[in-house]
Amino acid sequence: MAESVVEGEGGDATRRDFIHIAAGAAAVGAGAMVVWPLINQMNPAADTLALASIEFDMTKVQEGQQVVIKWQGKPVFVRYRSAAELQKLQAEPNEGKPVQPDSARTKEGHGQYLVVLGNCTHLGCVPTFGTGDYGGWFCPCHGSHYDASGRIRKGPAPLNLVVPEYEFVSDTRIKIG
Amino acid sequence: MSDHESTYVPKTAVEKWLDTRLPIVRFGADYMSLPTPKNLNYWWTFGGILALCLATQIATGIVLAMHYVPNTELAFASVERIMRDVNGGDLIRYTHANGASMFFVAVYLHMLRGLYYGSYKAPREMIWIVGCVIFFLMIATAFLGYVLPWGQMSYWGAEVITNLIGAIPGIGEPILIWLRGGPAIDNATLNRFFSLHYLLPFVIAGCVVLHLWALHHAGQNNPVGILIPKDRQKKDMVPFHPYFTVKDGFAIILFLMLFATFVFFMPNALGHADNYIPANPLQTPAHIVPEWYMLPFYAILRAVPDKFGGVLAMFGAIGVLFVLPWLDRSKVRSMRYRPTMRVFFLIFVAVGLILGWCGAQLPDAQVIPGMPSFTLVDGKLNSYLWLTRFATLYYFAFFLVILPLVGLKEKPLPIPATISEPVLSGAEEQKG
Repeated sequence: MAESVVEGEGGDATRRDFIHIAAGAAAVGAGAMVVWPLINQMNPAADTLALASIEFDMTKVQEGQQVVIKWQGKPVFVRYRSAAELQKLQAEPNEGKPVQPDSARTKEGHGQYLVVLGNCTHLGCVPTFGTGDYGGWFCPCHGSHYDASGRIRKGPAPLNLVVPEYEFVSDTRIKIG
Repeated sequence: MSDHESTYVPKTAVEKWLDTRLPIVRFGADYMSLPTPKNLNYWWTFGGILALCLATQIATGIVLAMHYVPNTELAFASVERIMRDVNGGDLIRYTHANGASMFFVAVYLHMLRGLYYGSYKAPREMIWIVGCVIFFLMIATAFLGYVLPWGQMSYWGAEVITNLIGAIPGIGEPILIWLRGGPAIDNATLNRFFSLHYLLPFVIAGCVVLHLWALHHAGQNNPVGILIPKDRQKKDMVPFHPYFTVKDGFAIILFLMLFATFVFFMPNALGHADNYIPANPLQTPAHIVPEWYMLPFYAILRAVPDKFGGVLAMFGAIGVLFVLPWLDRSKVRSMRYRPTMRVFFLIFVAVGLILGWCGAQLPDAQVIPGMPSFTLVDGKLNSYLWLTRFATLYYFAFFLVILPLVGLKEKPLPIPATISEPVLSGAEEQKG
């Protein structure tokens, strides 16, 4: 035991310094392990995550109309664009933030259908259908204008309406998520 | 908590026994006999009023929690049940809801008092900073509480405010999901908001203890703003009780009259009718506004065209209060003796009210109806957007430019040596 109390010279690390640092580090590690479950419990629970995907029958949407469905607690716009709207979109191909053509936001062979999350990318309000300066949507909260492709054209929203992950499981059915 | 000499003498045998074991009676007696500057005016009564507000919110809140159900399917109905079926439930809920508004009326006046009389300056910086923490906790608590009835305004307020955190680049999205407990505002969100809404008032109460501890240690400021010298303490100070318990009591009665007017005659005047519509995640109300006491900060959020920039400006508007003691370079505390600063202060109060007004308007609406105007950058000059921007600019300039510069440049009026001097010289003038 004699050597354990010998002071280090000129600020050299002693056994005691080592024990202090090791014990401190172990306490911090243990503290983090105790706190982590208390933080992690706030993340989405298993049953919330289980509601990940839904299917939707596209024949329910009439031409020129949209249907709002609820997916993961959020609104999803399923829009069947009219011929006039599609023509207008072709006339102004690349718009929005990021700049995108309409074709990048739809599925090949189903260009008339647009599926986007119905939350404004600004602060999450639900934009209203068929209003605004660009024939798409208008967000009543802070005045963002979207076109019929869901691309942001004017206002504070930083991004285009988000296209969720989805696929056509048959000619008339899509699976979101 | 008190640093002044104790004057308590235990009289009965029980008091003597207790005093050597747990001197709680001495603590209370010393607390009530705190030497207090005798020139405190009615702007100093809001401390007592605020203590009453906190007690009222906690008492009514505990009772409401006995009937409220924090579940998205049941929350709205349980609040309606409180309003219709629970004995006296409507009165308790209206008291709690309007109590929040009254709390903010009092806290804003309390803060403006501190600003005007320089109560944040040395040696009282910690009183001010703890006060800022309390203010921030109050905002958080009020927001959490507003979500609980699960009406349309509750839901969309929660959506918009939590989305502010999502604006943080990179880590915003994972934090947002963690905070909400899912991809959207849902049952998990409501349940945890209820838990936190119950918790935070007790954190506030703890901070109030620190606020008072710092106050009793550094001593109260006063309208003249001078530190009272040791040898003048007998002359210029009186015990808190009965002098200021009575003065505070009178102010509390006046305040309760205002409070009661809202609760009994216009209980929904400060709320929003849309919050009596159950929450609908698929439809946003046409015009969403926060509660009136958040409007100035909401206006600042909307003034900045960039999403994250707006969030930074809004939190910055509260954050700047924390460093206020070091922004003000003047040696004089009270603005009574700072005529230049007083003008800027009055403009600041007006700007605060303008920001509040702007926060309730649509950004594109005209300020002066019918007046022709031109487009400046991204909006018409004659719009609430630009009025908000000018007001926001003044809000920040007041703290970051005006306070430091005026403090260095101005020539303050002569400051009296004692707090009695202005009163006595006034009396002599009247005689002569």
